[in-house]
Amino acid sequence: MQRIGSPEKLEEIRKAILEARDPKASSIAICAAPNCHALGNGAVVDAFEKEVKAQGLEGKVRVMATGCLGFCEMGPVVIVNPSNICYVQVGADDAAEIVSQVANGEKPIERLLYADPDTGERVEALDKIPFYREQSRILIGDNARIDPTSLEDYLAIGGYAALSKALFAMTPEAILDEVKESNLRGRGGGGFPAGRKWETTRNAPGEEKYVIVNGHEGEPGAFMDRALFTGNPHLVLEGLIIGARAIGATKGFIYTRHDSPMLLANLNRALEQAREAGLLGNDILGSGFDFDVEVHFDVGIFVSGESSALMRSLEGNMPEPRPKYVRTSVSGVNDMPSNLNNVETWANVPYIINNGVEWFAGMGTEKSNGSKLISLSGSARNIGVVEVEMGTSLKTVVETIGGGVANGKKLKAVHFGGPMGGSIPGDMIDTPLDFDELGKLGAPMGAGALLVIDDETCMVSLTRYFVEFLTKESCGKCTPCREGMRQMLNILNDICSGEGRPGDIERLEEIADTMSVASLCSLGKTAPDPLRSALRYFKAEYEAHINEKKCPAGDCAIEAN
Amino acid sequence: MTQDKIDQIIDKFEAKPRALIMILMDIQHHNRWLPKEALERVSERLGVPLAKVQQIAAFYKTFSLVPKGDHELHVCTGTSCHLRGAQKVLDTVYEVAGIRPGETDSESKFSLTAVNCMGACSLGPVMMVDGQYHGRLAPSKTEDVLKNVK
Repeated sequence: MQRIGSPEKLEEIRKAILEARDPKASSIAICAAPNCHALGNGAVVDAFEKEVKAQGLEGKVRVMATGCLGFCEMGPVVIVNPSNICYVQVGADDAAEIVSQVANGEKPIERLLYADPDTGERVEALDKIPFYREQSRILIGDNARIDPTSLEDYLAIGGYAALSKALFAMTPEAILDEVKESNLRGRGGGGFPAGRKWETTRNAPGEEKYVIVNGHEGEPGAFMDRALFTGNPHLVLEGLIIGARAIGATKGFIYTRHDSPMLLANLNRALEQAREAGLLGNDILGSGFDFDVEVHFDVGIFVSGESSALMRSLEGNMPEPRPKYVRTSVSGVNDMPSNLNNVETWANVPYIINNGVEWFAGMGTEKSNGSKLISLSGSARNIGVVEVEMGTSLKTVVETIGGGVANGKKLKAVHFGGPMGGSIPGDMIDTPLDFDELGKLGAPMGAGALLVIDDETCMVSLTRYFVEFLTKESCGKCTPCREGMRQMLNILNDICSGEGRPGDIERLEEIADTMSVASLCSLGKTAPDPLRSALRYFKAEYEAHINEKKCPAGDCAIEAN
Repeated sequence: MTQDKIDQIIDKFEAKPRALIMILMDIQHHNRWLPKEALERVSERLGVPLAKVQQIAAFYKTFSLVPKGDHELHVCTGTSCHLRGAQKVLDTVYEVAGIRPGETDSESKFSLTAVNCMGACSLGPVMMVDGQYHGRLAPSKTEDVLKNVK
């Protein structure tokens, strides 16, 4: 694309793109995210492209290999716009029929529509399917409307309008105020107000300031940031540039996964496109604002998602966290003020600038606003990427969207926040999705990985799994975390194999308290949290293992001993 | 891997010490493991002590200091796959190829890595063979997948 030198030119180009497109033309969005890809959708995409050519429909029907469409359980998923029809479990053989249906406006193909698992009734429209019906797909919904490799597509849905507004119609202070007032809270786990963090970096002294996208997403069972970043890379980039303007940063870092080839390809392409179009680099949109981005990768260790450890990794060092009395927002990369937010947090920024504080604050609860992405996994019937308004009850997420527990089993618990989160019993799922409410119950939202646990899962064994995971992922710098976790794992291994002794629970609690007080970073401090929540709600299971040498869920191989 | 190729990679990152991790990643990407000579060359060209280069190469899990087998197996052991039987997949790999995570078999056919989450949770348990996903793996299916690797 040619260089866009002014906000007027941006609107001109946008208008030209829209005019060249027939608003009535249909598009067929085929999910190309890992899950559907694993189900063989490469062949599906090829078949659709071939079919459109064969039926002479180029220009009339558009085939797009898109980012994640969310409904992983039913993949490969195909969404037809503007008619809003959703086809599930589509194979390459179905391409001819679907293309012809779309082109001729025929009746939707019954056998490829979603069928209600209880009644068998077919559902035609996307927003009538229970999985999608209760969602507010603000950030992730555009995945179905754009080809992630096309800047034109992003411009066609209003892309970079927020950046243009932020650069030309707002002062940096005004951008900051807007984000502060919106009460956008960090989506990566802490829930710390993003605006306040931005302000700290803005006000901190330093020759250079940095903004960072944390796209590490190392938490097992979390895959929503990848889904958003891969499917709509320009959205995150736009948010980052706006943030840089507000903070006064001239350089940005994107820290992301090394093992997602599609994410990497889409991200690099988006950066090149943005540079070429003058949306990144020197004199962005002719505003005089200079900003560019460097991409770095996690090299396979969980602790490098911790903010200060991540910054050491950016410098080419070991990912060892620093004590928190000096905040990274004041002294981060190269000891310069560095503001780090996660993928989803940045993606919210263009929406807040475009739609305003009231729009954003109008969603959610008093202190948790906007929407939240959730990776729904575990024993739920529908596994996938979900986006709901904050304040939605977990019951809606698990039962309506998730379709309840798979294979006729019963809901035992839900676990939020991965290996540093917590579980609450199934009868507490009326709780709303809210940073503070969930935190109080001991199941902090974390980055949004929601694990549905059925009644055949042992909570002791699950805790053991999380502790074992973290034992391997700790950097080992501080003793409480490194040794505490090892001892905790030894005790949990004993309990799970029927070797538990009276006093083990108290010993675990003591180690947990020491770790939380004395560990250097949040990994060690919150590593005992799954244990705490398990002891809070499922202590009887621990006692049964220790005293009766029995696993009530029938999960641990105690009997063998 | 030739020294020329290593130098090319180092030059691409302007031999900046800050790019140490990126350079090692790039070398590993091309060579699939990090030979001692490569680490020495990186140390020399970047002016970073060899001990530091080795520290980084040994610490980050993605780096391998030993040659890898012809085929790379990644078994997802994320929470969802764990609940759905990832351990059985690992056990089957052990039965068929005799290797545990982090190991390569004696014939250098397979290298096995346990990874945290591949983002394909609805297909759990999942194993990736040379970049190709295989999902919903029961032990017999795992065995078939491994036997079909040529």
